[in-house]
Amino acid sequence: MGIKTVAIHSDVDANAVHVKMADEAVCVGPAPTSKSYLNMDAIMEVIRKTRAQAVHPGYGFLSENKEFARRLASEGVTFIGPDTHAIQAMGDKIESKLLAKNAKVNTIPGFDGVVKDADEAVRIAREIGYPVMIKASAGGGGKGMRIAWDDEETREGFRFSSQEAASSFGDDRLLIEKFIDNPRHIEIQVLADKHGNALWLNERECSIQRRNQKVVEEAPSTFLDPETRRAMGEQAVALAKAVKYSSAGTVEFLVDSSKNFYFLEMNTRLQVEHPVTECITGLDLVQEMIRVAKGYPLRHKQADIPINGWAVECRVYAEDPYKSFGLPSIGKLSQYQEPLHVPSVRVDSGIQQGSDISIYYDPMISKLITYGSNRAEALKRMEEALDNYVIRGVAHNISLLREVIVHPRFVQGDISTKFLPEVYPDGFKGHKLTDLERRQLLATAASLYVAEQLRSQRFLGTPRIPIAESKRSSWELSVHLGDGIYPVAVSKHGSSFSVEVDGMRLNVTSEWNLASPLLSVTIDGTQRTIQLLPSSSLESLRDQKICGKYSKILLFNYRISRNASGETSIQFLGTVYKLQILTKVAAELSKYMPEKAAEDTSSILRSPMPGTVVAVSVKPGDMVSEGQEICVIEAMKMQNSMIAAKTGKVKAVHCKAGDTVGEEDLLVELE
Amino acid sequence: MLVHFTCDNSDEQSGHGGLGSGSGLRRARCWQRPCLGLAEPCSPHRPCHSRAARAAERGLGSGSGLRRARCWQRPCLGLAEPCSPHRPCHSRAARAAGLCRGRAASGARSAPVPQRIEEKRRAALLGGGQARIDAQHKRGKLTARERILLLLDPDSFDEYDMFVEHRCTDFGMDSSKNKYPGDSVVTGRGRINGRLAYVFSQDFTVFGGSLSGVHAQKICKIMDQAAMVGAPVIGLNDSGGARIQEGVESLAGYADIFLRNVLCSGVIPQISLIMGPCAGGAVYSPALTDFTFMVKDTSYLFITGPDVVKSVTNEDVTQEQLGGAKTHTAVSGVAHRAFENDIDALLNLREFFNYLPPSNRDPAPVCECHDPSDRPVPELDTIVPSESAKAYDMLDIIHSIVDEREFFEIMPAYARNIVVGFARMNGRTVGIVGNQPKVASGCLDINSSVKGARFVRFCDAFNIPLITFVDVPGFLPGTAQEYGGIIRHGAKLLFAFAEATVPKITVITRKAYGGAYDVMSSKHLRGDVNYAWPTAEVAVMGAKGAVQIIFRGKEANAEEEYVDKFANPFPAAIRGFVDDIIQPSTTRTRICHDLDVLASKSQSSPWKKHANIPL
Repeated sequence: MGIKTVAIHSDVDANAVHVKMADEAVCVGPAPTSKSYLNMDAIMEVIRKTRAQAVHPGYGFLSENKEFARRLASEGVTFIGPDTHAIQAMGDKIESKLLAKNAKVNTIPGFDGVVKDADEAVRIAREIGYPVMIKASAGGGGKGMRIAWDDEETREGFRFSSQEAASSFGDDRLLIEKFIDNPRHIEIQVLADKHGNALWLNERECSIQRRNQKVVEEAPSTFLDPETRRAMGEQAVALAKAVKYSSAGTVEFLVDSSKNFYFLEMNTRLQVEHPVTECITGLDLVQEMIRVAKGYPLRHKQADIPINGWAVECRVYAEDPYKSFGLPSIGKLSQYQEPLHVPSVRVDSGIQQGSDISIYYDPMISKLITYGSNRAEALKRMEEALDNYVIRGVAHNISLLREVIVHPRFVQGDISTKFLPEVYPDGFKGHKLTDLERRQLLATAASLYVAEQLRSQRFLGTPRIPIAESKRSSWELSVHLGDGIYPVAVSKHGSSFSVEVDGMRLNVTSEWNLASPLLSVTIDGTQRTIQLLPSSSLESLRDQKICGKYSKILLFNYRISRNASGETSIQFLGTVYKLQILTKVAAELSKYMPEKAAEDTSSILRSPMPGTVVAVSVKPGDMVSEGQEICVIEAMKMQNSMIAAKTGKVKAVHCKAGDTVGEEDLLVELE
Repeated sequence: MLVHFTCDNSDEQSGHGGLGSGSGLRRARCWQRPCLGLAEPCSPHRPCHSRAARAAERGLGSGSGLRRARCWQRPCLGLAEPCSPHRPCHSRAARAAGLCRGRAASGARSAPVPQRIEEKRRAALLGGGQARIDAQHKRGKLTARERILLLLDPDSFDEYDMFVEHRCTDFGMDSSKNKYPGDSVVTGRGRINGRLAYVFSQDFTVFGGSLSGVHAQKICKIMDQAAMVGAPVIGLNDSGGARIQEGVESLAGYADIFLRNVLCSGVIPQISLIMGPCAGGAVYSPALTDFTFMVKDTSYLFITGPDVVKSVTNEDVTQEQLGGAKTHTAVSGVAHRAFENDIDALLNLREFFNYLPPSNRDPAPVCECHDPSDRPVPELDTIVPSESAKAYDMLDIIHSIVDEREFFEIMPAYARNIVVGFARMNGRTVGIVGNQPKVASGCLDINSSVKGARFVRFCDAFNIPLITFVDVPGFLPGTAQEYGGIIRHGAKLLFAFAEATVPKITVITRKAYGGAYDVMSSKHLRGDVNYAWPTAEVAVMGAKGAVQIIFRGKEANAEEEYVDKFANPFPAAIRGFVDDIIQPSTTRTRICHDLDVLASKSQSSPWKKHANIPL
């Protein structure tokens, strides 16, 4: 569009991608958001200095801040978004609900006023009937939001939500409404100009969520029929018009199983998941926003808005999906490779190899979008893209994403916002291998081992002492995987390996490039993309039983393919499996090796993630009972209550409020 | 300091189950041992040896213990030209032939010879017997032979001296039940990934692995061979100490090994893996070798055990605290690395072996490499923080530059302010030295200087190119360091870098301050290629301190001026003290190209008997 750009950034983002891409970049302060990206004074100063004419606020931070929009307006700078009035009206959940009601938009039964205290919260909750949803009036993105099923949870939820609301939005007002059980989260993208025109750009299905934050989104939804879509679209447009909305916005609905839909809220900004809408409609939303901000009328009519094909977005987070479907992880991206070689893939990211994922910001690594002429094609490409996505140095949720998109319920479109807890009631544990998949994994791992063994005998040049060339063509190995030990026989035939596992013979071929994190392997005609992980990546730090022993021994080995003891981590079908491959002789002798005692974890409390200690509720000498709250850790603006795993006396407290703690840091010891 | 050579597990010494003795047979075989490396004309013991051999040939097997002992003490230097026509009788056929001649000389015995050979062989394979093997396993340890099996390529082990038995006659040791074919050590040679290595593995199941005269003699034999052929020696130590029953003969045995350790030093790589006790004087053999590795929880090294410590200094200390793997890898710096268990240690040793050239006559090995030598490393462009006081992990730089992120770190838990270890660049082994800003700002202190110096000297001795990553704020100040002799110890690292003639490539990533700049493989110490990253600051000291001295705090903008002048790579680059200022992401490509060119580097120092490094 020929517009010159200025990026703002905090100290720690000085080398971020957006900074490099912009024509100019200015630092607005240190890492904490309140001192940089939320620091209006500093940002206004930059605007003045660079004489910027317009500001695109992105999503998050100040994008829905009416004060910011007002200050821009007072300086004559264009805010690329709706005007202050619409932000204010829609930003306040209570006001927006009233407006929606008046615009004849379906709304959820609930209390429209501000809840004063926990007692009042309980009273209102009883009136509406459990379950209820307590949420921050000013909030969004699932922050400051709690579900309560009884009085006690209401009180606790009130306390947490008001604290989170205060720390995230500087506004601790809460509201309570009926919680619609098992709903779908479907939202309508609207686009309006300053001339009273408004369009709906179809829906996005965003039901796959964890802790009220979206994980997988798609457009269109498998659930909506054209009538429902039109009804929702028209209500959304009606609401937009009612607040004289301009720019792009999103009207979120909860849809129950009978396709009744209720207005949830309107986001007066660009949404994270907007690319799926762009894929199926062919509109560039950011471009349209800038046009609208400039005062141009919309270029399209409602009839021009198509649904072309299908688009899926996965939010790739730096978080450990094995802990509550995702607890944040921090670290340096030691290797990072986006799957851009897969066709019809779009990756929106702000990081690159070497970037730090810090505790200061949202742990999102990227948005991975695939597009296809139909849903099956888009999902197939997503599968391939996830398999080819290389992320090292931090934990990531690729395994969960891949499991979701191939799950029969998801494939059929049978989803709701409860999908994750319903499908994985005991928490996500990674992909469950079928017998055939397990054989394929074992055969691949064994072949990889042999390929590497053969390579380690190949020296270049002519050594003074001739090297005794091995004439071996068959290997008897023993592979540990999970709790099982599998004898595997490998024999070499030219460039391929014939592997016998569980009485089954598999033929494995590959180029065996042992320096690449990605390896394409063909197992009996089935092509699989596997990933080789350094054996001491974060994944392996999780207590995993290898060889019957707990091990955390690999801190000094970062090699790509495996370590000297035959331990290897292979990402197969999205999930990382730890294996140990030994020769049969070594495996037999390993029974004599001493068991290393595992740490007794019931009497110690470790931080499950990096973050800040908000409160410590015990001191040495206190008696605590099982399940009692010991301290609260805040990470990525989520407060997590740490509870005692057993009843006992507090022996030592290793943290205090305000401390920054790392993953696995010792917090409290019990006697 | 009390130094005694004891066997800690005296119960292990009272054994059972020896097989038939056949002493004449043994002796005959014994004297037939071809002398290795005897071509050295200065050996004063040649007459003795040949006379003894002649006596043996005549069938005179009754030589006194004294004579025998003296004979074996002959220092076989093994530094001779490999012109000896003798070949060790290692193959089965050759061994059998030798034994047949032996029988002809000493007369027939009751059982047929082939049967007795078989019996001896079976006995040798069982070491101290099944009960002791079980006890060894119960301790979480493998037997001497199982260890060799795991260390070497399958079917590659050629054993020496399987029929050797001890010669002690005192304390009832000459009874047949106290004789074990091979005695308390298994020796031989084999292949690790196809490459030759000599190995000895002490057998704890025979007299607690205690060192007898013949035990030492077996070790010396393979060391002499290794030095002559030019192949590394690997010792798997698991011994209670000296064979007390043999008295001074055992002490002499240790000394024979020590001498060979010293003579082989810098000639062939010597590696010790401590897999059980190693106490008393025995510890000095590992200490003289190039690398000492330990097995966690099952190995320990000390001069005197906890009991003696208690009686002398009244300190209460456990074996583990006194000389366990943790103590020696983190506190004393005696051991270079520790591994989880026997299997982990042996498999890691195989991996480690692939980095080493077989001798000082060979270039650093080059492996097949799949990692492109011109691979850009984009993350390096942002890895050094903009604030010069902020730490980063030097290991991140090392891992991203070397082949396949594979780095075999040496002494990872000791003096962590310096990182040393082996890696490969385009397949070729290199030694890497780097200051670690994450620990004590990466300063040089006594321990890090000594750690670095020893590593640099190993690399130089064995033709392994050195790559040095510099981010050093200087030497650590303080009374503890000065009283400890930082001047003397720091000089070691300076000495080591200066004398090294292998290819030396240096990358200054950030700070290179003061004398430490000179020390860290600078251009002035014959650095071949010295690079600076744009973040490099080569100066006498940091801005703050410098400004205080120059302006005594009077000048307002002095610090800014200093930073502008010195906190950048230009002062060094203008003078040619760095060869180029490079984009960090190109570092791997540049180093790989340089190594190719420097492969033919030839540089020498003035002739000397040996240098006098400040010890």
